[in-house]
Amino acid sequence: MTQLIYLTVLLPLLGFLINGLFGSKIKNEKIIGGIGSGVIGLSFLVSVMSFFELLSLPEEKREIIVHLFTWLKAGGLNVSFAYQVDQLSITMALIVTGVGFLIHLYSIGYMHGDKGFWRFFAYLNLFIFAMMNLILADNFVLLFLGWEGVGLCSYLLIGFWYDRKFEKSTTSDAAKKAFVVNRIGDFGFLLGMFLIFMTFGSLNFSEVFSRVSGMNVPTYVFNFIALFLFIGATGKSAQIPLFVWLPDAMAGPTPVSALIHAATMVTAGVYMVARTSIIFASAPAIMTVIAVVGLLTAFFAATIGLVQNDIKKVLAYSTVSQLGYMFLALGVGAFGAGIFHVITHAFFKALLFLGAGSVIHGMHEEQNIQKYGGLKKYMPTTYKTFLVASIAIAGIPPFAGFFSKDEILWYSFANGGFIFWIIGAITALMTAFYMFRLLTLTFDGTPRFDVHHKHPHESPSIMTIPLVVLAVLSVIGGFIGIPEVFSGSHGNLFHGWLAPIFKKAELKLAHYGSHSHTTELILMAISVTGAALAIWFARKVYLQNPQFAVNTANKFKGLYKILFNKYYVDEVYDTTVVKPILKSSESFLWKIADVKLIDGAVNGLAKVVENSSEYIRKIQTGVTQFYAVIMTLGIALALFWIILSL
Amino acid sequence: MENTLLLSYLLLVPLVGAILLLFFPKKSENGVKYFGLLISVVTFVISLIVYGKFDSSSAAFQLVDKFVWIENLNISYVVGIDGISMLLILLTTFLTPLTLFSTWNTIKHKVKEFTFFMLLLEVGMLGVFVSLDLFLFYIFWEAMLIPMYFIIGVWGGKRRIYASVKFFIYTMAGSLLMLVAIIWLAVYASEPLGVFTTNLLELYNVGPTVPHQIQNYMFLAFALSFAIKVPLFPLHTWLPDAHVEAPTAGSVILAGVLLKMGTYGLVRFCLPLFPQAAISFAPLFSVLAVVGIIYGALVAMVQKDMKKLVAYSSVSHLGFVVLGIFALTTESMQGAVIQMVNHGLSTGALFLLVGFIYDRTHTREIADYGGIAKIVPIYSTALLIASLSSIGLPGLNGFVGEFFILLGAFQSNVLNNWLYTVFAASGVIFAAVYMLWMYQRVVFGPVKHDRLNSLKDMTASEIAIMVPIFVFIVWIGIYPSTFLSMTEVASNSIVKTVLSVSVNVIK
Repeated sequence: MTQLIYLTVLLPLLGFLINGLFGSKIKNEKIIGGIGSGVIGLSFLVSVMSFFELLSLPEEKREIIVHLFTWLKAGGLNVSFAYQVDQLSITMALIVTGVGFLIHLYSIGYMHGDKGFWRFFAYLNLFIFAMMNLILADNFVLLFLGWEGVGLCSYLLIGFWYDRKFEKSTTSDAAKKAFVVNRIGDFGFLLGMFLIFMTFGSLNFSEVFSRVSGMNVPTYVFNFIALFLFIGATGKSAQIPLFVWLPDAMAGPTPVSALIHAATMVTAGVYMVARTSIIFASAPAIMTVIAVVGLLTAFFAATIGLVQNDIKKVLAYSTVSQLGYMFLALGVGAFGAGIFHVITHAFFKALLFLGAGSVIHGMHEEQNIQKYGGLKKYMPTTYKTFLVASIAIAGIPPFAGFFSKDEILWYSFANGGFIFWIIGAITALMTAFYMFRLLTLTFDGTPRFDVHHKHPHESPSIMTIPLVVLAVLSVIGGFIGIPEVFSGSHGNLFHGWLAPIFKKAELKLAHYGSHSHTTELILMAISVTGAALAIWFARKVYLQNPQFAVNTANKFKGLYKILFNKYYVDEVYDTTVVKPILKSSESFLWKIADVKLIDGAVNGLAKVVENSSEYIRKIQTGVTQFYAVIMTLGIALALFWIILSL
Repeated sequence: MENTLLLSYLLLVPLVGAILLLFFPKKSENGVKYFGLLISVVTFVISLIVYGKFDSSSAAFQLVDKFVWIENLNISYVVGIDGISMLLILLTTFLTPLTLFSTWNTIKHKVKEFTFFMLLLEVGMLGVFVSLDLFLFYIFWEAMLIPMYFIIGVWGGKRRIYASVKFFIYTMAGSLLMLVAIIWLAVYASEPLGVFTTNLLELYNVGPTVPHQIQNYMFLAFALSFAIKVPLFPLHTWLPDAHVEAPTAGSVILAGVLLKMGTYGLVRFCLPLFPQAAISFAPLFSVLAVVGIIYGALVAMVQKDMKKLVAYSSVSHLGFVVLGIFALTTESMQGAVIQMVNHGLSTGALFLLVGFIYDRTHTREIADYGGIAKIVPIYSTALLIASLSSIGLPGLNGFVGEFFILLGAFQSNVLNNWLYTVFAASGVIFAAVYMLWMYQRVVFGPVKHDRLNSLKDMTASEIAIMVPIFVFIVWIGIYPSTFLSMTEVASNSIVKTVLSVSVNVIK
């Protein structure tokens, strides 16, 4: 089955082509949705079977390359459409196709009746196609094809409702912003690839990685490569300074937010760094940069999440924050932990977004949580699953988020130091707080909407079944990675599975010295207690004393305003980068440099020629006597010259 | 080398076709159209036969046909091709029938003359790509100007006279210097060769022996002419005017093929004839290329007229090609050659699409559109594909060329500086900005003007024109080997020649 892994790429492509070309003719939502979801379901099956096949192989044979055909070949470059099946890529494939399938199903209900129903499924399939290329690629360039491909799909899906308003502008503005900001990251990624090629003479993973250890390359080169690649990752995975597109990406339909802007695409940066871990491990300075950027992103995004009122905005900043966690993990060398969090996060964040979608659906497109309240009796399944997801993201054991988040915190303490741990832990508290603020304001208390005009309803089962499945995964998903401290001699199963992938990188970093179980347990206890307290506090404030929140906001008006306006980052970028470029391009480059200077010079030259010929023309008076005089003068001069030179 | 008439047929068919057209009665417009299309299709078929006979594993010029033309001056008619000319020939013969077909309903007056000039133009373009004699090349190079001048000047927009004269004088000014250089070179070569000749293959041996200082002048005389045609910054200002005023068919051919004559000239003549000079000037030309990439993109970004935007984007795209040429690595040269084709396809597609909608609304102002996605979904999709191809999305053609060019330039020994690539690659960001911004303003959002509601979607024949272009856009994007293998040996040999002759210069 592993040899057929390309089916996981081709099936979604097929779905895209069928729905994209004929969807408008098919019209029947059941057929369109059936095809769209069916191909992803089949891809999931192929992934599952490949996974078990891989599992049955001895560890050293768990890397299979399926070569399709040569893609780019010139000079020293030779890359192919070739897919690499190994522990890391198959794990990602399971998540992408599995969670992807659930979200496709959910979309059948969510997008019901939309004019662009077929277009939606075509784009979603195209997205899975690109994403599978990204994670299965056996070389940088094919990864980049997926990388830009998912960016394109994200662009198309954010702007899906292209005639709608979004905040101050339109959905298509948000879409363009996402694409352009991603391209800034891609610019870094491109340079990284060029430098890799120049250094190692190849862009195929296996060749590059083996040469990393084999060749004697100065550290500064690794630093540059790692930095460039990381710039790419900050774009795709919404890290400081390129995170600004992700919150706006919420302009798209909610299943898109769940699939692309939470569960899968945005984790591409994490995947890429993990995939190239050996390069990053060779660039210690950049590892620190990653850890710091991840930590700061986690922290600042969480602070913004505390005060947002749009249900999707809260979740968006939460996603940025959780991605920060993942980068924190990568930065401190805990690659396995980073990927582990990718997985658990995919479960609970997809669930949160789908739950939010269910709420928005039931509340007739209302997204402001201040206008919700008491929804749990109207939509019980959505409520229960949302609760599960909130507990999971808050890091309460034994839910999925606990294991992965705790592991990250532990490694940031062990490899990074106390400062990393404490900021990470505070972020965890904030996460627990804003999630339960959201949960409480939405589902508890009394309705703050007009119950006579709005009739919230539970979503149909095609939408709630995926919620339930994801809820189950959010509960048990963490068990694949139970830390050694609990599991004892079995070790951490998930780490054992991924170990061969990160072996070289971890050897290089080599900072797994003493591992005190006591410290680990103490830190764990502190963070869990903290999260529990934060939950309790959020419940208390928003259930019993909502005025307290208002008063606090008023008391710290300045801070509140800064947080509410997201530190004004968008505004700062707009005035310092976007506007100056546009303005100088228009009023200087075009209207002055191009039209006046360059074209002016050309036309001026023409004018000079024209004028002087006008002038010279006057000599040709047509009066024969004048010519005769000139001729005589000329002959005289010539004679004179000849006589002189004799 | 076997003598074959195949390439001569390639030139003769459109030429004879053009002449025969003149005998058509003025009234039979349809007859003229069908005949013109038939001729261009036959020419395309011949070019396919040429491709069938062509051996891409050989670096030598192939399918050579030769006879003495002006005996006293030892000027011969010599034609022959290598992989690079092969590819550009196919581009030319592919685009010409599509362009002719696209004018079926839009060129309404002087149809006969229009078709005549289009066929003549094709002869000129093909002649440039097959000439192996400098004098012959020069004839075709100049001859090509005339039909283009008329196409802009007769069937163009409001300021067509200004634009066509500007186009003519600009290019004419450049080529005069080239003529001087050709004569000088032939005279210089007559000493070692013992005879005055303009035969390119013989001059290839002499050119590199010209003293470096003089090579520099020669190089500049040739390169100026080519740089204007490309157009390389800052010699580009004729282009926006010419494009805006030209009829759609003119723009497509202008962008699709004519601009490539400039880059082709650099590859075919400037580099191998004057390798030392090429190395010395590589940094200068690369800087201009990079400036052009960014400058063209920034200026494109703020255009209000769609056609002008596409025109400025050409300045940016051709900058990539020039950078690829002067980086002098196999990767970048291969990238440059495939990028010539890519630009022809994607910009050709964009001009056609802008033309389609202009025919309906008679406006190209971006502000006059908005929200047409719902009204003309097929058109919107086609415009999206063309735009994505233009911004170099991996999986489509543009990426292949840009990637190879940047990759090659990054490790170029001749340029020996990352910064070229760093700045050039930033063009990738701006390209996304200007194309998507235009797309968004035209296609997305609410419907801005009521009259847009009655807009008709693409007709069957318009779709029929776009589909072949899109097939190649995807083909080159996914499986470029078909085309890269055609040019591989030729690109490699040119790079090797230049680098080997001028090894001492690099040191």
